[in-house]
Amino acid sequence: MSARRIFARPARFAAIAPYVWMVLFFLVPFAFVLKISLSQTAIAQPPYEPVFDLTAGWDALRAAFATLSIDNFKLLASDDIYVFAYVRSLTVAVTATALLLLIGYPIAYGMARLPKAWQAVAMVLVIVPFWTSFLIRIYAWINILQHDGLLNQILLALHLVSQPVVWLSTDSAMYIGIVYSYLPFMILPLYATLAKMEPALEEAAGDLGAPPWQVFWLVTFPLSLPGVGAGVLLCFIPIVGEFVIPDLLAGSNSLMIGQSLWLEFFTNKDWPVASAAAVVLLVVLLVPLLLYERLQKRQLEQGR
Amino acid sequence: MRRVSRLSRFNIASLALGLAFLYLPILILVIYSFNASRLVTVWGGWSLRWYHEFFNDRAMIEAAWMSLRVAVSSATIATLLGTLAAVALSRGERFRGRTLFSGMLYAPLVMPEVITGLSLLLLFVALNAERGFWTVTIAHTTLTMCFVAVVVQSRLGSLDRSLEEAAMDLGCNPLRAFVSVTLPLIAPAIVAGWMLAFTLSLDDLVIASFTTGPGSATLPIRIYSEVRLGVKPEINAICTLVIALIAVVIVVASLASKLSSSQGESAAPL
Repeated sequence: MSARRIFARPARFAAIAPYVWMVLFFLVPFAFVLKISLSQTAIAQPPYEPVFDLTAGWDALRAAFATLSIDNFKLLASDDIYVFAYVRSLTVAVTATALLLLIGYPIAYGMARLPKAWQAVAMVLVIVPFWTSFLIRIYAWINILQHDGLLNQILLALHLVSQPVVWLSTDSAMYIGIVYSYLPFMILPLYATLAKMEPALEEAAGDLGAPPWQVFWLVTFPLSLPGVGAGVLLCFIPIVGEFVIPDLLAGSNSLMIGQSLWLEFFTNKDWPVASAAAVVLLVVLLVPLLLYERLQKRQLEQGR
Repeated sequence: MRRVSRLSRFNIASLALGLAFLYLPILILVIYSFNASRLVTVWGGWSLRWYHEFFNDRAMIEAAWMSLRVAVSSATIATLLGTLAAVALSRGERFRGRTLFSGMLYAPLVMPEVITGLSLLLLFVALNAERGFWTVTIAHTTLTMCFVAVVVQSRLGSLDRSLEEAAMDLGCNPLRAFVSVTLPLIAPAIVAGWMLAFTLSLDDLVIASFTTGPGSATLPIRIYSEVRLGVKPEINAICTLVIALIAVVIVVASLASKLSSSQGESAAPL
């Protein structure tokens, strides 16, 4: 016990370097986003002025605060394109997460039922695509989904369709891409809880006369809820801000918020509005982010 | 034996379909990278033509080189900082601002990359930093050190603390006990963390786009701008090369984590 105490003190010093780094490159940047989102569009046109001129002293800082305005947020709320982008982002994220749960659950369930040695193999197989490049996997789908791509060739050869179907630049293509990219994020937490589950519970339910669907619905599924929660959050949060997949696979007629942000930043170069959009996105995601952090903490504590 | 019998046909079918869904697109991409035909979808026989094209494409090679340099540097710094963070969190007990610290370490794992990238760009612009190699490296370090911290922390959590305590009872100071007892035990997780950080950096498009300057594009940025203009067979070849590189990294990482699981405790999660 005493040795543990001795270890604790120097171990705290280990926090200094990563702490400073995260404050400097994670927390402080958000202060900048917040500040710029509150500044006026006109003065923020590139070439860009320094944000906080600390050398100018307190008065300059006060003067800077006086010029803060919420115009950018008003603009966001009144601009249909932005309101629509937020609504669309949330709709896409909800739909995609539901699809992921529907597709991921049976796979995770199958993995958890494998013999122990095979479980490890299956887990590696699920993780490997997560390691291979995300952009490459989307590109692979473009190959398959394009007009004369493999999917249409197969459908034509099987005489399921009489002429090529338009897959690319549709919402279905986008959902395929999202489900494909995020599937490992859904499977892994689900598998983790399902594999830990006591099989005797399911057997007991079966012995007591419950048909398989009832065993699943009344025993297995409720017990796997922590995994469902983790998987849903792990997919939902990043999908809301997703940019690359909708940009490459979805049609150009409707934007998600990540794309609007990107356009505002790189094409319109309106940084204050882009920053305001980012702040709103962050606020929208704050609840699921905090939920995820709590879940993560609880799991780490249980793991000890 | 019991567990095997519990495997239903439905389980096997969903597993097989799931894995096929995950792997077929990548497999198809690799096969088509050896296609001789200029049309991406028409099979014209086996050929290394597109690999040739890639190695003669100066801009692509430069981007690939930039990506590799960024990935190695950021993974190395991230491993250092992430391991320190993991040690502080799992061995440091309570310290001031611990909640904020762990919050900052988890948030980037799920935070949409657009937000992280945008905020870092604003910081770099405010600091008047010249954007290029170092800004991308710093950005990638910030993101990937969180992944390293999670991997190393879970390894530290499953470690038997009495080993460290025994070393200290035998007269080691805490630093010595850490270096000669704990560090060798968590080494596989540290290696796995480095590999993960390396591949994440190599893969990243969004954050790199925000934090890089003109003339120093990374490979994903180049690929992305090509892909937006339409499918080019050369991209198949580049993608296959990247997949091959990552496959090598995975093999090394899995050997490292196998080493860790053969030492008793459970393997690193990633």
